[in-house]
Amino acid sequence: MDYVVAFIVGSISLATVFLLGSVGEIITEKAGQLNLGIPGIMCAGTAGGCMGVDIYMRMFSANPMWVFLVLFSLIFAVVFAAAVGMIYGFLTISLHCNQNITGLAVTTFGVGFTQFVMDNFVDRAHFFDASDIIKSSLPFWESLGWFGEIFLSHGVLVYLAIAIAIAAWWVIKKTKVGLHLRAVGENPATADAAGINVNKYKYLAVAIGSGIAGIGGYFYIMDYIGGSWENAMTIEALGWLSVALVIFTIWRPNLSIIGSIVFAGLYTLAYRLTGTGFVITNLLKLLPYVITILVLIITSIVGSKNIQPPASLGLNYFREER
Amino acid sequence: MKNNSNVAVREPLFHVSKRKEIALVWKIVIYASAIIGALLVASIICTIVSEDGNPLWFFVSLFNGNIGTERRIWQFFKEFALLLLVTQAVVPAFKMKFWNLGANGQILIGCLACTAVMFTLGGSIPNALLYALMFIASVLAGVVWAVIPAVFRAFFKTNETLFTLMLNYIASGLVVVMISVWVSTGSGVLEPMEQYSFPDVFGSEYIFTILIAALVTVFMFFYMKKSKHGFELSIVGESENTARYVGLNIRWVIIRTLIVSGAICGIVGFLLSGDINNTVNNEMANNMGFTAIMTAWLGKFDPIIMIGTCALITFVTNGMNEVRSSFGFYNNSVVNFVLGFIYFFIIGCEFFIRYKINLRKKKSAEFTVLNDNSIELEEKNKAQISKEEDK
Repeated sequence: MDYVVAFIVGSISLATVFLLGSVGEIITEKAGQLNLGIPGIMCAGTAGGCMGVDIYMRMFSANPMWVFLVLFSLIFAVVFAAAVGMIYGFLTISLHCNQNITGLAVTTFGVGFTQFVMDNFVDRAHFFDASDIIKSSLPFWESLGWFGEIFLSHGVLVYLAIAIAIAAWWVIKKTKVGLHLRAVGENPATADAAGINVNKYKYLAVAIGSGIAGIGGYFYIMDYIGGSWENAMTIEALGWLSVALVIFTIWRPNLSIIGSIVFAGLYTLAYRLTGTGFVITNLLKLLPYVITILVLIITSIVGSKNIQPPASLGLNYFREER
Repeated sequence: MKNNSNVAVREPLFHVSKRKEIALVWKIVIYASAIIGALLVASIICTIVSEDGNPLWFFVSLFNGNIGTERRIWQFFKEFALLLLVTQAVVPAFKMKFWNLGANGQILIGCLACTAVMFTLGGSIPNALLYALMFIASVLAGVVWAVIPAVFRAFFKTNETLFTLMLNYIASGLVVVMISVWVSTGSGVLEPMEQYSFPDVFGSEYIFTILIAALVTVFMFFYMKKSKHGFELSIVGESENTARYVGLNIRWVIIRTLIVSGAICGIVGFLLSGDINNTVNNEMANNMGFTAIMTAWLGKFDPIIMIGTCALITFVTNGMNEVRSSFGFYNNSVVNFVLGFIYFFIIGCEFFIRYKINLRKKKSAEFTVLNDNSIELEEKNKAQISKEEDK
């Protein structure tokens, strides 16, 4: 029982990374922008968040306050990620560059940039302390047994991620803004004719989506692995899985919540099943990628009208070309 | 009148229109200034971050890293040749609008197959046969890794971008698995098997790679420009419907093209494992698959320009490695960082080649007056016409 609970708790924690990454990507894709830069943007969020933590902890190392530490570093993470996302936005929306190519360039840049910032500008001395503070959860969860452990033992960012996903679903599905956003992604020319400011929606979607994805990278370092740092490549791999998760969850942020937990469960399986030896462990680490491929194949075979990507996904809109 | 003045105020600062064509000189000027601009920005950032360095030294190091010593010049040509090979591999698929992001994995699986042959058969069969088997195994592995996503794309329209990406990670993971099978110590490092290395050609370890790259480049030039295959795949890329109407077997074209792509990646795997490194590790593809996508795109899939873009990117990569050591940076992240800058600048500058920016004329106020006048004139004309009609 303890084993299963620990497994679920670990999965939910890692799922937050996937969830934030995929919700960010869904928002940009709903505006018709296929953002392959998300892995790089998640890295940039990491760099920003870690820099925020570093600055805050250096100023208030004696008595760091949970609220301010979280807010301060969160703002840094979002701003950095959105800024790198804006590079992608500017190149694709204003300069009409190919979205796939620009996205890949952003990923290359983001990974290099993050490693560069982490090596040259960020002092990791206080990371473990900061991580403990950021992770801190409600004090009474232990008294509630397994229920408390699964649902209440997480840091605030996990709940924030779920709230963001639900909010994104609500905005996209139920509000006028969401309707406009979907219109832009489906057929920008028609949306334009209907008086919707296409570029404004695209820019906002890219900025907000990138900011959300950036929190995912920051969460990975500061919550999931508890403040240690190896390299940006790990986050890049998680970023690609988040992009794949978008297809798995058929462009619905609410399904992302469950999808990301399933994904994370598969991802952590290799590390949970101990005592199987090198070879099996290494083989199990391939599982999430194999599953992703299976999911891609199944969704493409089953493919009905309801689970198609936004119609103009990946296409740039230039008004004078109509 | 009020309406007119409002219109004048709201007229945008500039508007963008499509260019018909642009003189070659201007093209070169735009590209060159983008590249130099990117490097200038990079040099300034590196100078600010590093304590010992200045922008001039940045450019000196950049050249020093490529042509500083004879060995570095050879090194440049070897890496240039490898990148050119991978670029040739990704081009046919891209021309078909098949987003093959899996060249990394295709190379790596080629390396793995080559190493597997070396490891299991090395010593038990004559070396000439071993080399042949190494080559065949690499190419076959590369082909298999490229054809799997192609089949699913051809039959089910499975998203090939993510499929090939995931295959990269699987290839990388398989390398780790196989090393953990082969190396019982658990160190995770397979010692180079130099005794089975492909022999040097013309007394140099670099010339074979360069020769292969030249051969493949010439082959691909004719394949893409002169062969029926090249023509067919560009039709599929332009419009699948057109391809269907002229009776092409689209599925076969997709699979066939990816066989070519995978085979070239397999050859790169053979060169890397069989000739250059004599072992395998999961970093061996050195991210060339991604870099090749950029060089192919920046080179507009044109064989000649792609030689230029590959040379440029190799130059910057090697040069930045020298900058890194002379500026005292901790690791090679700065290389990707600067490459990213260069990509942004070149991708961005294409806008100025494809589109024209028409600035708002300063005389917008006069313009409205003119407009008013013209309206008045029109009214006068109408009045005159109606008078004439009355007559």
